[in-house]
Amino acid sequence: MRPTASRLLNILVPVKRTIDYAVKIRVNPDQKGVDLNVKHSMNPFDEIAVEEAVRLREKLKDAVKSIKVVTVGPPKAAETLRTALAMGADSGIHVEIPDSAPAPEPLGVAKALRAVIEKESGGVDLVILGKQAIDDDQGQTGQMLAGLLDWPQATFASKVVVDAGKKEANVTREIDGGLQEVKAKLPLIITTDLRCVSLRSLSVQWLILNSLHHSLNEPRYASLPNIMKAKKKPIQKLTPADLGIDLTPRIETIKVSEPAKRVGGGKVESVDELIAKLKEAGITAVKA
Amino acid sequence: MLSRHLARRIASRSTPRVVRLSHSLPDFQLNSVNEQDVEHFSKILPKTSILSTLAPISTESSELEPYNTDWMNKYHGKSNTVMRPRTTQEVSEIVKWCHERRIGVVPQGGNTGLVGGGVPVRDEVVLNLGSMNKIRSFDPVSGILVADAGCILESLSEYLAPQNHIMPLDLGAKGSCHIGGNVATNAGGLRLLRYGSLHGSVLGLEVVLPDGTILDQLSVLRKDNTGYDLKQLFIGSEGTLGIITGVSILTAPAPNSSNNVILALPSFDNVKPLFKEAKRQLSEIMSAFEFIDRTAYDLAVKHGQGRALNEGDVEGAECFVLVETSGGNREHDEAKLNGLLESLLEADQPLINTGVLSQSPAQFSQLWAIREGITEAVSKEGKAYKYDISIPLGSFKEVVDTTREHLRSKGVLHDGAVKHVIGYGHVGDGNLHLNIVAEAYTQEIEDALEPFVYELVAKYKGSVSAEHGIGLMKTHALHYSKNATSIDLMRRIKSLFDPHGIMNPGKVLP
Repeated sequence: MRPTASRLLNILVPVKRTIDYAVKIRVNPDQKGVDLNVKHSMNPFDEIAVEEAVRLREKLKDAVKSIKVVTVGPPKAAETLRTALAMGADSGIHVEIPDSAPAPEPLGVAKALRAVIEKESGGVDLVILGKQAIDDDQGQTGQMLAGLLDWPQATFASKVVVDAGKKEANVTREIDGGLQEVKAKLPLIITTDLRCVSLRSLSVQWLILNSLHHSLNEPRYASLPNIMKAKKKPIQKLTPADLGIDLTPRIETIKVSEPAKRVGGGKVESVDELIAKLKEAGITAVKA
Repeated sequence: MLSRHLARRIASRSTPRVVRLSHSLPDFQLNSVNEQDVEHFSKILPKTSILSTLAPISTESSELEPYNTDWMNKYHGKSNTVMRPRTTQEVSEIVKWCHERRIGVVPQGGNTGLVGGGVPVRDEVVLNLGSMNKIRSFDPVSGILVADAGCILESLSEYLAPQNHIMPLDLGAKGSCHIGGNVATNAGGLRLLRYGSLHGSVLGLEVVLPDGTILDQLSVLRKDNTGYDLKQLFIGSEGTLGIITGVSILTAPAPNSSNNVILALPSFDNVKPLFKEAKRQLSEIMSAFEFIDRTAYDLAVKHGQGRALNEGDVEGAECFVLVETSGGNREHDEAKLNGLLESLLEADQPLINTGVLSQSPAQFSQLWAIREGITEAVSKEGKAYKYDISIPLGSFKEVVDTTREHLRSKGVLHDGAVKHVIGYGHVGDGNLHLNIVAEAYTQEIEDALEPFVYELVAKYKGSVSAEHGIGLMKTHALHYSKNATSIDLMRRIKSLFDPHGIMNPGKVLP
């Protein structure tokens, strides 16, 4: 599997279709799941991963031979692949599961990804994926995939520098209270965090202010000509059976519940009323 | 379109513009508020609902400042008394007293107006409706909402969202403006193309007339052909005929699917054929068609409004168009929109260079933020002379260019005077926002602009105020869009409703 020194880079970006982060989540009455009949889009961390792959190609030029995106999901997940193709990926693989199927778990997805990678005739040198999906917040797929393949992993990446000639990468990781720089040989698994390359020169304050909207590398808009081109790019359809894997969940969801509703404040007309309200709420003065 | 809430905090307080009041205030003898009046008001209202520099309330005058100043910090009244009634009855009793005592009354909503209509000219009493903010009823079958006039537009939208309805209007100031103020000024905004003007969606009003009488026309009927439709007179009357205290309005079913796209055009000439084509292909799902010229776009981007398009996509663009669709079925809507976009790109002589289609609700908002953020960007860039005009769509660019050249010929187009002349607006409604961004408000620039702009508009048989209203700012320009017969009839209606001339004196009529 290990690429020879002369070969060019093949990048694989796994993406997931999730409920859009701007949508207000509603729990189903049976408390077993949430209302899925809402706007979906690409998991934002994965969007950052796609952008990073496209930027690597912009930087390394011809040293990147291909960028392939892959998803495991229902028929509509194909739209997420099209979005990634419009951003600049070359082709897609859709491991399709029925709409009625339960959501696959990280281990199942990691096994599917391993099978996809093993089937790739040209080999895969770099897997870039989001550090977690915003729907189930599991944050395990990248690590499990690295374990299954016995590849090195650089998680929570905020900066990626690939040396195509030496077949190695320097990755800056977001760790508690600071940054850590690691180096690894390809093939490698990278999971993306919320900040990256292009923002390094900007102030910390700016990053805090903008971390919600201007993430890691600011994934690009899909321009119309690129959207049209993406429609003609190939998407290979596979089933879990084609890959010889079983996506049946091992975990049963017992209950999903909403956070307690926030109770709004009230206005009082006078200090006396305020004190009365505080007493009502069981708050008493501290004895001197 | 009114401006964003945020902009209010940013609007510079440094160089207030001298407002000339020379254009003839009415000659009614109005009285100032004295301590006996305040004494009487405190029998009608709890003291916490009155702000007055007079005894027995004795508020610091600085606390009255926000009520005396418009958000652009352009108009400054000298009212010594502000009241915040909570019921229609309270409004009625206050107005009745003011009618007898001949005290001027300024009805005030969210104070987000752009023409000085919501602040006092002299020392009139300010009646702020902000404490009348209850929803009275909503019928999820008919979609008819009845609410107090002081309800904030955005709160109404939030109330309707879980019931799958939306307000028929939306504008940048939604976080501050009141529904009563929207109706009183006949606000237009971003949804007009789809849902029509308030003259159609308002079904009934509750109004306190200038003598204190309560006119209850809070109808919830879609159809009612019984004599003169009096409520229409109050829509757009800017508080000169009475105080709107309650509104009955038809809300629309919330669309299940919304998309937007920003298109980059090589030339303004392409806007008109593009609009035709978009209307033909998108038909009922097209909900906005907004025009942004290049300078306006660059300003929005410079001041961080929304997220800029990719460098390559804006290259060679003379202007931009934002198209929004909203409909009931996602697949159907996307098929139509994609069909339009494909045909635009594949045409032999394409009308567009390129464009950006939002891929997620986040991108949907980012694209809108560019358009909605222009007002805020303009206020960050300098002092703006804003003209909100209706003219034929084909002449949008001509008007912007002619104005720019005129300013150049007057020698005021340079750093230190006029920095930018920009155009943006609602193509679908023939409404252009012509903004002249200057270093500071000066008499020289104003003289170069007026009456030049108004005469230019009159030449196209346009309107000098498409949606901002007349207020105090444009009374002198009313005659460019309304002939003498119309103005005379307006005066007679005004004196019929308000014989003492206490209601929002100095506004609308010259």
